[in-house]
Amino acid sequence: MNETNTFLLDGEEIPFTPGQSIIQAATEHGIYIPHLCWHPEFKAHGSCKICTVKVNGRFGSSCTMAAQAGMNVENRTSELDDKRRTLLQMYFVEGNHFCPSCEKSGNCSLQATAYELKMVSPHFDMFYPDRAVDASHPDILLDFNRCIMCSLCVTASREVDGKNVFSMGGRGLLGRRIHISSESGKLADTDFALTDRAASICPVGVILPKRKGFAVPIGERKYDKLPINLQVSEETP
Amino acid sequence: MNAPAPAVKKLRVATTSLAGCFGCHMSFLDIDERIIPLLDLIEFDRSPLTDIKHCGPCDLGIIEGGLCNAENVHVLREFRKNCKFLVAMGACAINGGLPAQRNHLDLRDVLEEVYQTEAGLSHGGIPNDPELPLPLNQVHPIHEVVKIDYFLPGCPPPADAIWKLLTDLLAGRTPSLGHGLMHYD
Repeated sequence: MNETNTFLLDGEEIPFTPGQSIIQAATEHGIYIPHLCWHPEFKAHGSCKICTVKVNGRFGSSCTMAAQAGMNVENRTSELDDKRRTLLQMYFVEGNHFCPSCEKSGNCSLQATAYELKMVSPHFDMFYPDRAVDASHPDILLDFNRCIMCSLCVTASREVDGKNVFSMGGRGLLGRRIHISSESGKLADTDFALTDRAASICPVGVILPKRKGFAVPIGERKYDKLPINLQVSEETP
Repeated sequence: MNAPAPAVKKLRVATTSLAGCFGCHMSFLDIDERIIPLLDLIEFDRSPLTDIKHCGPCDLGIIEGGLCNAENVHVLREFRKNCKFLVAMGACAINGGLPAQRNHLDLRDVLEEVYQTEAGLSHGGIPNDPELPLPLNQVHPIHEVVKIDYFLPGCPPPADAIWKLLTDLLAGRTPSLGHGLMHYD
């Protein structure tokens, strides 16, 4: 590795391989940059804006900005975390995120990120949007109340499974949603399977395997044990 | 003759459960024997624990539950008027919680389903006694109606989180919950 290929992340020198994004280099070195729509396995989508950092004093998405030698990146400053918390509060009021009744609770990236950023309230007025549940598939439940439009299922189904089961469409805050690629619009009428990569990619509680709910007791779930900033790895979101 | 020790002014605390299940109050009681030293520092005003019906001037008001009917809104405003600081305790106060699951349904349809259509009930019709508070069209969290100073998430918040918030406030600190005490479920 070329010794000049380093940048500063909150004052710490981080080496990188040319072509890597800021978040890829940080993740490789075990440093947490809060994010929702980015996943190490896939090309960046750049939509959630939670991974916004300040590069040489200017805001940018760390998942889409290439790491460059000598750049000075701010990550966990109170200024950035305050903005991230506000974005999270918008995610929480735009959907129906009721953690006590959600099977994903304790293993949810949205929830764990909100804990990490000390979000104690949604702050804004709730939207309570009317969103659909699709229980047609024999093995998988879809609860779009919790969708944050990260599009990871769209990408995984297209790029890994080669199926294109999901797509994003519609307009406006409440009109835009994930569509199922079947004539009926139902998941049962696609070739979606529990073994698909897309079946286990959802960072929140939209795509859930049936008959497995609440299998892991409270206290032993992923983010019960350690906060999300201490579970940085290149394998998991 | 021993002079009595100068009395420390106790913080006056009111609590209520609006559209909640009293689970947060049960979790509050789960502080167990710590309630005894706590009572050296605070005294209760209106609360399900004292059965006082109306709130007088208080230092702290703790609200469980969201707003599902007109009375909830009146009680919340009474608390805001009388309490220096208000705490939203638990998921329902913070985002509507379980009662808000009716929000995507039409209120009349819900009432008809419960009181007229559903099997096993007396089919007496939708209650319309003037003493009953009218339900709101949708359930709302309390921060949409009055200013809330502190939030304590959880369903319910663990007793240790309630204890942490109270002891932080009594010590004059801004309450802060670390990993394990802060959860939404």
